[in-house]
Amino acid sequence: MTMGADIWVYIEHAQAAPKKVSLELLSCARSLSTALGGNVVAFVPGSKIDRVIAAVGPRGADIIYTAEHPLLDTYTTDGHAAVLADAVRAESPAIVLVGSTAQGRDLAPRVAARLGAGIVTDCTTLGWRDGKLLATRPMYTRKAIGTVRVTGGGPCIAVVLPAMYPLPDADSPRQPEVRRRPVQLDGKAIRTSVREVKSVHRETIPLIEANVIVSGGRGMKAPENFAILDDLARALGAAVGSSRPPVDSGWVPHDYEIGQTGKTVSPQVYLACGISGAPQHLAGMSGSKYIVAINKDPNAPMFQVADLGVVGDLFEIIPKLTEAVKKVKSGIGD
Amino acid sequence: MNIVVCVKQVPDTEAPIRITPDGSGIDETGLTLVMNYYDEHATEAGLRLREQFGGTVTLVSVGPERAREALRTGLAMGADDAVLVSDPALNGADHLGIARVLAAVIKTLPHDAVICGKLSTDDNAATIGAALAEYLGLPQATAVAHLEVDAAGTGAVVHREVEGGVEVVAVPFPALLTVERSLNEPRYPSLPGIMKAKRKEIKILTLENLGLTAAEVGVAAARTALVRLSPPPARKAGRIVEGDTEQAVAAILAFLKDEAKVL
Repeated sequence: MTMGADIWVYIEHAQAAPKKVSLELLSCARSLSTALGGNVVAFVPGSKIDRVIAAVGPRGADIIYTAEHPLLDTYTTDGHAAVLADAVRAESPAIVLVGSTAQGRDLAPRVAARLGAGIVTDCTTLGWRDGKLLATRPMYTRKAIGTVRVTGGGPCIAVVLPAMYPLPDADSPRQPEVRRRPVQLDGKAIRTSVREVKSVHRETIPLIEANVIVSGGRGMKAPENFAILDDLARALGAAVGSSRPPVDSGWVPHDYEIGQTGKTVSPQVYLACGISGAPQHLAGMSGSKYIVAINKDPNAPMFQVADLGVVGDLFEIIPKLTEAVKKVKSGIGD
Repeated sequence: MNIVVCVKQVPDTEAPIRITPDGSGIDETGLTLVMNYYDEHATEAGLRLREQFGGTVTLVSVGPERAREALRTGLAMGADDAVLVSDPALNGADHLGIARVLAAVIKTLPHDAVICGKLSTDDNAATIGAALAEYLGLPQATAVAHLEVDAAGTGAVVHREVEGGVEVVAVPFPALLTVERSLNEPRYPSLPGIMKAKRKEIKILTLENLGLTAAEVGVAAARTALVRLSPPPARKAGRIVEGDTEQAVAAILAFLKDEAKVL
């Protein structure tokens, strides 16, 4: 397979809206494409995807390829791997960028294996050196940063962590041409079936998409106390997470967990409340741009990594902080 | 039901690592090596299926000869057999190369399900499982947090943790599953289990035994290469505020507005 010069972004979407990380990757694709002189291509698989196309349109792609088929309505590995692999074979992009989500991590290695494409996952940065793609990625549970070079000919696939590239503004002067790729899919080739997607009820936004995360640890003392974090998160437009002890104690669901055994996040601001800062937790959040820590214990290791450390009682501070944030947001007392 | 579980030996995540001075890897002197903990959950899942349906649990690993110890852990938990592919020609192989080697072994074993950990805690790539499923031609379900195999053992309904929800997926066997930590609580090896595991032979295979060549799966075929390892950017401790609640609130508010610019 020859290598073209286009950079593709696999657009993941739900409820007719593209995932934030997919749009961020259009920024990444643009920065990579300058050196190659190729197009930035948004690849949108699915069924009834007009609203997704409309949302992707002004985000800076040169071309939108669609792969539309009723069997692609719900994500399945077999269905999406088939259409992505076929399209890559036919068009030979240089790189396919995929967001590091449950879906992206399920799909990308399968397609890479099918195509013999080089694959590098959980990338934090991507760039060129001597004509080769160079990626950085956390390794050894974030105790080291690996620099990985992609070698050999043909397309490669890079799975990129969320919040590494800026969300492009929805005002690009480029008018992407929409090319509808023909899709051949046999229902029998799709071996798994999605019975149901149970959405876990959350008042706040998903952790990996959040710009601000309010997170609680053992210092929250009891499950009902997470309500004060929910209030603060609502006021800030933030997501709520936790370290491992609240999960192990059953105070919050498993999907709250940030750390080595949970999620890896890198928001603009991480507000750690009553979290001591064990290495296992730091592994999941030390990529945050700013860290604010509130803890009673002045010796908490979290203070070693926090940009702002507040020694004090979070049960007094947080409700007052929530009120103060609300005032700023409503323009009073600012 | 015959189950194959893929296992990797990795540095203990509780211990610090030392990067070699040239950045080519990590210094293994005095390093504690253990079974990747997601693989403990994979082994546990295999053992539970064997308890439910009968059959065998076979562990497969690719790595240096010392990786035998990780397989020994799985045998002590109760697995029936273990195979290690160890060949210097695999130095510098990439994930797809390793997945091809695993596929070559597993094709020689009866398998109703192949179970892998969601990722390994050394390179954190989460790539082997789905690539292996492709090479074996099996359907896959990754990041499985709940597993229910039907009474006849013909397939499973699994829960996958996805952003903001849980996906309930039906997958026919034979299939490849990668598992989450929340799937189960791995058992501790029992003393008799440990004694039994010590006596078990761990079969060691080379690429030649599998009919593979270094050109196909070794460094020559690799599409990715680690250029260097570096320590993560050090975070410096910032300002510490110790005062009353009002001062604390004012400091956080000012930080969010003026430095982090999220207000």
